[in-house]
Amino acid sequence: MTLAFDLILCLMIIGTAAAALLLQNALAAVVFFIVLGNLLGLAWLAMDAVNVAMAEIAIGAGVTGVLLILTRQRLNALGDDLVSAELPGWLRAGALLACAGFTAMVGSAVMSVPPADDLGGSIAALMPGLGIENPVTGVLLAFRAYDTLLEAFVLLGALIAVWSLAPRVAWPHAPAALALAEYEGHDVAAAFGRLLLPLALILAVYLVWAGSDLPGGAFQAGTVLAGGLIIAAIGGVISWPRADDFYLRVALVLGPAVFLIIGAAGIALGRFLFYPPGFEKAFIVAIEYGLALSIGATLALQLAGPPVAPGRKG
Amino acid sequence: MILMDYLVPALLYVGVFFYAAGSLGLLRFQDAESRLHALTKADNVGLGFVALAAALHWGSVAAALQIVAVWLFALMAAGATAQLMARRAKSSAERGSDE
Repeated sequence: MTLAFDLILCLMIIGTAAAALLLQNALAAVVFFIVLGNLLGLAWLAMDAVNVAMAEIAIGAGVTGVLLILTRQRLNALGDDLVSAELPGWLRAGALLACAGFTAMVGSAVMSVPPADDLGGSIAALMPGLGIENPVTGVLLAFRAYDTLLEAFVLLGALIAVWSLAPRVAWPHAPAALALAEYEGHDVAAAFGRLLLPLALILAVYLVWAGSDLPGGAFQAGTVLAGGLIIAAIGGVISWPRADDFYLRVALVLGPAVFLIIGAAGIALGRFLFYPPGFEKAFIVAIEYGLALSIGATLALQLAGPPVAPGRKG
Repeated sequence: MILMDYLVPALLYVGVFFYAAGSLGLLRFQDAESRLHALTKADNVGLGFVALAAALHWGSVAAALQIVAVWLFALMAAGATAQLMARRAKSSAERGSDE
């Protein structure tokens, strides 16, 4: 029965991936990509990787899906300014080769890990010292905290890259509003946004708190927060802040900064990113709350796009 | 418990039936409003039965409350998106455009 489920899931994943790649209609391709993300989440869930499943569905399907839809909308708005020439054959073949080579590399790397490799066991042996139960949080915030710290800065760097696309006259104004002003749906979107934003806040706080012992954590919570902010912005309940807004800047750098300060303070105890014994959980949870806020704000603003000059539509 | 052994699968089958009915409606109905009607109403009843089966399967009040919360979130999202899509479809039909 489980084998049948796995096989059907694999076929559906390959089918939706093919549809997302091959469909000529961009909107239909995006919809298939979102379905693909949800199915991949289901696949991770079938492998008991609940944390990865949540991240895949929230970021891979949710945020990326909205980003792709907005990108299509913005490209369509450019209209005839944007005429893409037919790509030469060698470029297409080269892209195909590069992607196939990369896939083969990743595949062989995954396959080279022996199934009996007891990585889970060696992490489980280290977990009791941390005071938390979720081994994924243990890896992300303690054993491989350096990677997570860099990821937090990469996310911030991506927002700076988005902002750097703003024309000179637009800086430092707010990004274009997402609000649905043009048709009768805006009162529904507004009511939904007003309902969902506080719920998203509560859920984000819960996800960080639960993430110590159960699946969850800063990235999942940050995405839920970003989702709440984006839906509230679509409903016109909130408007994007100016790019030089003080509180926005604080929200964006709080997580990476708290992480870096606590990590640097560890040097005094002997090593970068060393948590004082007995206080591991307190420091991990503090970093995670900061990170969740920063990830939420950063993702929402990446989606909002670069600042635009006032009085102009994005 | 013997009762649970039959009740949980029975609720799952009822849920799957409503999902199948909703999917059939989505494929076969002619206009946007009817399709949304099939998709949101039938599927959310189906989800309700599956959620009930899951709550009984885990059999703890805490788990049941979390599952109820999941169902309510799904209802809210489905209700809001169905309204948005239906209004959009109506205003597009009045303007005579597809987009």
